[in-house]
Amino acid sequence: MLRRASMLLARQPILAARARPFSTDLPAAPSADATFTEAWTKVIPNMDPPKTPLSFMQPRPPTPSSIPSKLTVNFVLPYASELATKEVDMVIVPATTGQMGVLPGHVATIAELKPGVLSVHEGSEVTKYFVSSGFVFIHANSFADIIAVEAVPLDRLDVNLVQKGLAEFTSKLSSATTDLEKAEAQIGIDVHSALNSALTG
Amino acid sequence: MAMAALRREGRRFAPLISPRPITAVRSSPLYPTLEDEGPLGLRHISTQVVRNRMKSVKNIQKITKAMKMVAASKLRAIQTKTENSRGLWQPFTALLGDLPSADVRKNVVVTISSDKGLCGGINSTSVKISKGLHKLNSGPEKETKYVILGEKAKAQLVRDSKKDIELIITELQKNPLNYTQVSVLADEILKNVEYDALRIVFNKFQSVVSFVPTVSTVLSPEIVEREAESGGKLGDLDSYEVEGGETKGEILQNLAEFQFSCTMFNAVLENACSEQGARMSAMDSSSRNAGDMLDRLTLTYNRTRQASITTELIEIISGASALEG
Repeated sequence: MLRRASMLLARQPILAARARPFSTDLPAAPSADATFTEAWTKVIPNMDPPKTPLSFMQPRPPTPSSIPSKLTVNFVLPYASELATKEVDMVIVPATTGQMGVLPGHVATIAELKPGVLSVHEGSEVTKYFVSSGFVFIHANSFADIIAVEAVPLDRLDVNLVQKGLAEFTSKLSSATTDLEKAEAQIGIDVHSALNSALTG
Repeated sequence: MAMAALRREGRRFAPLISPRPITAVRSSPLYPTLEDEGPLGLRHISTQVVRNRMKSVKNIQKITKAMKMVAASKLRAIQTKTENSRGLWQPFTALLGDLPSADVRKNVVVTISSDKGLCGGINSTSVKISKGLHKLNSGPEKETKYVILGEKAKAQLVRDSKKDIELIITELQKNPLNYTQVSVLADEILKNVEYDALRIVFNKFQSVVSFVPTVSTVLSPEIVEREAESGGKLGDLDSYEVEGGETKGEILQNLAEFQFSCTMFNAVLENACSEQGARMSAMDSSSRNAGDMLDRLTLTYNRTRQASITTELIEIISGASALEG
């Protein structure tokens, strides 16, 4: 009888120990999921509700009270995550309003990017990329998410092709008839002249 | 010449006419005859039927094994792309959160499925979830429309929800999947379909044997504004400064479209991965079943063969002993 009681006592902590590792996998804000799962189970009781992206994401840390020393940058492209939660000192992004420097403690911002040079400053080294366009989200907890459609390191660009492309699109603009063609040619010119200035400047 | 033709015809028809009509009467019309008669009226049980079955089952096993290998190699190719694209939707969810329970008037369910079959149950799961979402979001003044990617979901949804289907897109994987193609597709959908909320239903690839049905929600800028004003999940969206553009609305519009194309890209890749993985496991279990069937047929074949040999021997020996007296 004593043995059975001790077995029972031994079983409880094992369950608790098994339950505890999962608590870190819970999303930071499960409330939206909860309303969805409740509504789902009411209407469709036989099926498990589908998962939502929140359950697959690591939760972000909350805003700290003092300004942190480093900026955490996520630089993602459709084909790769160039930088994933990398701690840097500063990034300079080519926003539509001009080059924007982002330091830790920057105010929360949503900015659209135009074709230009993105530079990441870490200590003394600077890595430069040419981004085609995208968005940058700066969060209050010194996290910066840069999402670009295409980004290449500057040393992969060929000057001659850039000049050729610029000439081609300029001629397309002059021969364009519809608004759509004009807009496309203008976009081509913008990108190529930004490429040009990135390579020369 | 007519006679020659008739003679030729006669020769062609001759093998069809059974030389021993008695056998035709003896065997049942439904089951193919296992017995035929050799010279001297000896009976051989024919193993032909079993042998034919064995040959076809072996061919099926080879084909399904080959399909499994092909699916495995395609999976390897697309898995790296999928894992690289997983970082793409995370910033959007970090900024805008995920509100699958947002109450909206115009829902659009984008169902992603495969074009080819033999991939297990993943397409049926996607369709069931889509129908579930339709039911969940039904109510007065609310409507749900479908945008279908892939032949398999089209076949299932056309049957009972034909009037709710807005757009059908097939042959997505004819060229290797890339962001340009998906963004053009997203553009088409955004242009042609009015929406307050877009719900993308796909199978997320967790491992070669596990595919989780997932729904990603993309809200239109007006709904995002509404949710931000009402506080709650998106309450701190207003605290974000919006750089550039004339109005905040313009930037939010671009943001919503970009979010849709990014989530679509990831969803399409994940679904393609899940399709190959499901096909691998389906073909694997199919070739295993074929192997089991082949074993059973081999046993039957050997038994039949041995029985016919034994029968022959018994007849010969009993005939011989009858002669000896």
